[in-house]
This record gives sequence, structure tokens and C-alpha cells, in this order.
Amino acid sequence: MSSLNIPVYLDYSATTPVDERVAKAMSDCLTLQGNFGNPASRSHVFGWKAEDAVTEARKNVATLIGANPKEIVWTSGATESDNLAIKGAAHFNVKKGKHVITMKTEHKAVLDTCRQLEREGFEVTYLDPEENGLLDINKLASAIREDTTLVSVMHVNNEIGVIQDVAAIGALTRSKGIVFHVDAAQSPGKVALDVDAMNIDLLSLCAHKAYGPKGIGALYVRRKPRIRIEAQIHGGGHERGMRSGTLATHQIVGMGEAFRLAHEEMEEENKRVEALRDRLYDGLKDMEEVYVNGDLEQRIPGNLNISFNFVEGESLMMSLKDIAVSSGSACTSDSLEPSYVLRALGRNDELAHSSLRFTLGRFTTEEEVDFTIAEVRKAVEKLRDLSPLWDMFKDGVDLDTVQWAAH
Amino acid sequence: MAYSDKVIDHYENPRNVGKLDADANNVGTGMVGAPACGDVMRLQIKVDDNGVIEDAKFKTYGCGSAIASSSLVTEMVKGKTLDEAAAIKNMEIVEELALPPVKIHCSVLAEDAIAAAIADLREKRGEAKAESAA
Ligand SMILES: Cc1ncc(COP(=O)(O)O)c(C=O)c1O
Repeated sequence: MSSLNIPVYLDYSATTPVDERVAKAMSDCLTLQGNFGNPASRSHVFGWKAEDAVTEARKNVATLIGANPKEIVWTSGATESDNLAIKGAAHFNVKKGKHVITMKTEHKAVLDTCRQLEREGFEVTYLDPEENGLLDINKLASAIREDTTLVSVMHVNNEIGVIQDVAAIGALTRSKGIVFHVDAAQSPGKVALDVDAMNIDLLSLCAHKAYGPKGIGALYVRRKPRIRIEAQIHGGGHERGMRSGTLATHQIVGMGEAFRLAHEEMEEENKRVEALRDRLYDGLKDMEEVYVNGDLEQRIPGNLNISFNFVEGESLMMSLKDIAVSSGSACTSDSLEPSYVLRALGRNDELAHSSLRFTLGRFTTEEEVDFTIAEVRKAVEKLRDLSPLWDMFKDGVDLDTVQWAAH
Repeated sequence: MAYSDKVIDHYENPRNVGKLDADANNVGTGMVGAPACGDVMRLQIKVDDNGVIEDAKFKTYGCGSAIASSSLVTEMVKGKTLDEAAAIKNMEIVEELALPPVKIHCSVLAEDAIAAAIADLREKRGEAKAESAA
């Protein structure tokens, strides 16, 4: 394999390619010669074999998070897991109360689910992070009320890569008898998880951020003490009634194999990816007016979210046509607002508009990082030459004092 | 998002990037937009003794379509009188660059930049009234 693959893929937090070893395991579960049976078929060997494969995968997923295989419920991905956990727990506990606490920097799968609860008459508190993206546990403690039934805080943030102290949150929620849900879509293979040590009750996972396939995920549902949730999809009563639907053997096997590899290779991979991320940052940090978004220490190894002041993110990506990254600029999405995550950190709109997210992973090479550094420097220089804001900055104008004709 | 070839051409080879002497009596400067909105355009025009625009320069902070719109505008205004330049409509920019609906605001901003530069020049020359009458 050549070590510089153009276009260079640096968007591993959006999704990852499926590992060849995972793809092989999956393709063994499709055809007549393969393990194609319905895991729910109890009357013949095709069903038994498929069930064995699902059981093995369940064990691999459970092992990665320190759970019992019986606590794993298969879903279609982290979005569905978030929906099932949040609606399921809020609805089940409605007699106890109708108050839910989460954070402003959560993924839309959590935020939009909470909005739906609000439409149903629940009350939701959205906590602000500190400037580094992390939650101040005291703010959580003071937001908890008599009628709070659920706290939902993500483990690893998808945009800025910061890692919340879920163990501290879990200790607090457990002591108050509140259900604790964690969106851990970005965690597998990057940060160790232990649902018991962290007092996590519900945990959302997906395969496609960890070299598994898209369209498969899981929800961990604690058995001791037992956490009960209301099903959101009804049918044949699969997954102990919590999520009906024929199990997708090939997808499940893919997720199991991906998580097995994540468990085995995490330590080594993190070292390698972190060295590459640091190499990337070292290659950019001497430029003027660059700012890293989010805490640099409490952060996964593969994430660098960085703002290039006075340069707009979308035009920067346009210059980087051989590099696949994402931007917090509004122009890349349908909304006119720049990244709500960066805004929640208190970053001003300019810096939010000027941000790029680089996420590195298993197949990133040194050559790709060096290529990226050179391309980014060139593009930022070009766009600053084009930028009236850069001119003003260089002339010593304080942009905050300018009266802008906002449109 | 896919960009039209014309947007890419203006983005990769922007025309008339730069700065004119904002204090000169025959130079008008228009700065529109806001950093918080993700785009700021600075358009400058310079007129000759007959009141015809002989030079135009721009600098833009914004997405590729904003940069392309302002680059195109510098080409469009050259050789025009102020009245002719003031008559340029944003839809001409939209059509020329094949901007998608979400990028129409870039062309509006470019139209605003022309108006602002002309107003600045007229004010300098004590023609503020002429502008409001036009
Ligand atoms: C933190 C987080 N939660 C949820 C999701 C949604 O996951 P999925 O695409 O599996 O539904 C993602 C991925 O986009 C994510 O990063």
C-alpha cells in the first residue's frame, strides 16, 4: 500500500472504512454457503449457527465495555440507541418525574430526542460546558431536582474529541438514584470503558466509527440494579422485548469483530495515532492566530479541531480538495448557524466559522499528515491574502470595535 | 456540495485582489457583511475624470461562492459609469456563477458592496444627494 493515498481521508469521526478482517467475517454470513440463517430460528442448524455467531459478537461487544453479554441490545446504530435509551427511560419513569438533564454539546441524536420529550411535556435542562468543552460536575449537581429521572452525557464529543469524566457523573447519579445514559458512539477503540466502574446504566454504541459497518449499533442496558426502559419498536419480541426485528447476522458479526479488534489493538493504535495527531499539530501551531478548540489533554488521540482566524472554513475546505475533513462553518450545513458545539464553548462566531476538524485513524500515515500540513499552510496563506479581516488585523484594527453591517 | 466550474475558476484565480488607497478622492470603498455571519466583502472602485470606473479591487472573507461573487463583480463594474454599476442586480451574479439557492445571499452581499462603494465615492465628492435621487 502506498503511504500517501489521495484524497487523504482525515474524517474518521464521521465514519471509518471497514477493516478488511471485519469485511471478511461479514461476507461469511451472507450466501447459501455462508452463515445466512435467522438467529431466531430454533428448529434447525441454520438458525443455531447464526445464533452462535450473534452470541460470539455479543460477547465481544460486552467485553469492550465491561458488561455482561445479556445486557447488550442490538439496534441500527447510535441514533437508535440514543432514542431508545432516552425516550425509553424517560417514559418508563414518568411517574417519578419528568425532568431530564443533558449538555448543549451533545450529538443531535440526543438533543433532538430531548426536544421530542419536551414536546411531550417533559422538562429538559441543557448544561453549558466549560470553555474547554468539559462539564463542571458542580453544575450538574445543582441542576438535579426531585423529579429528575435521567441524565444523558456523552463520553467522547464527536466534534472536538474531548472526553467527559463519566465516572464522576456516574458516582453522582447513582447516589441520587437517577438513570445515567452515555452516548459512547465515538469511544470504542479510543478510550477504555467500564460500565460498572463508571456506574453507567445505559450506553449507546455503533460500529461504523470503529472500523465496523454502518447500520448496526447496540444499547447496553444494566441488569443489576435493573434498569427498565420502554421499547420504541414493537414486534416479534426480539432482544428481550426491548427491540424487535430479525437480527442482521452479518452486521452484528461485523460489529463484534470490529470491537474485538478494537479491544486487542487499542493501546498500540492510540500511541500511533496520537503521534500522528501531534505531528499534525506541531506542523501547524507556529502559524499566527490558530486556536485549538477543546481541551488538549482530556481528548482522544485522533482529534484535532482547530480554528484559523480570519479564514472561513468552507473556503478553506474548498482549497483542500485533496483532503477530506469537516468544518464547523455554517456554510457546510443547511443552517446559517456555525457549529453549536463551538458556540457552546464560548468561541465567537468568527472562530467557529474558521474551524476545521481533522480526525485521524487506523490507516492514516506520516506521509498523509505531512502532505496535509503543507496543503493547509498553503491554503491558509492564500485565503488570508484574500481576507479583509486579515488586512485589518495586520493594520492593528480591533475587529470587535468595528460596526459591522450585519445582514 | 459541488461548485460550478465558474465558481471554481474565480475561486482558484480570483480577479483583481487587492487594495486601493481608501483616502484618494476618486476611490470609493464598500465593506459589507459581518464576521459573525461568515462573510465580509471589501470592494473598492476607482473612477477616471469622466466618472467611469477604471479599476476595482476586492478582498473577501467568506465561502467560495462569496469570493467568486466579489471577484466577478470587480470585472463587471470596470468600464461602467457609477449609474450603470449601480444598476447591476444580484441575479446577474447568480446566473453567471450558477449559484445554488443556499448561496444567493453571497450575490446579494456583492450587490450591496457595489452600492456601498458607490455611496462612499459620491459622499466624498459631495454628491450624496445625487445618489438618493438616482
Ligand atoms: C456522538 C455521536 N452520537 C451519535 C451518532 C449517530 O450514530 P449513528 O450514525 O450510528 O446513528 C454519532 C455519529 O454521527 C456520534 O458521533
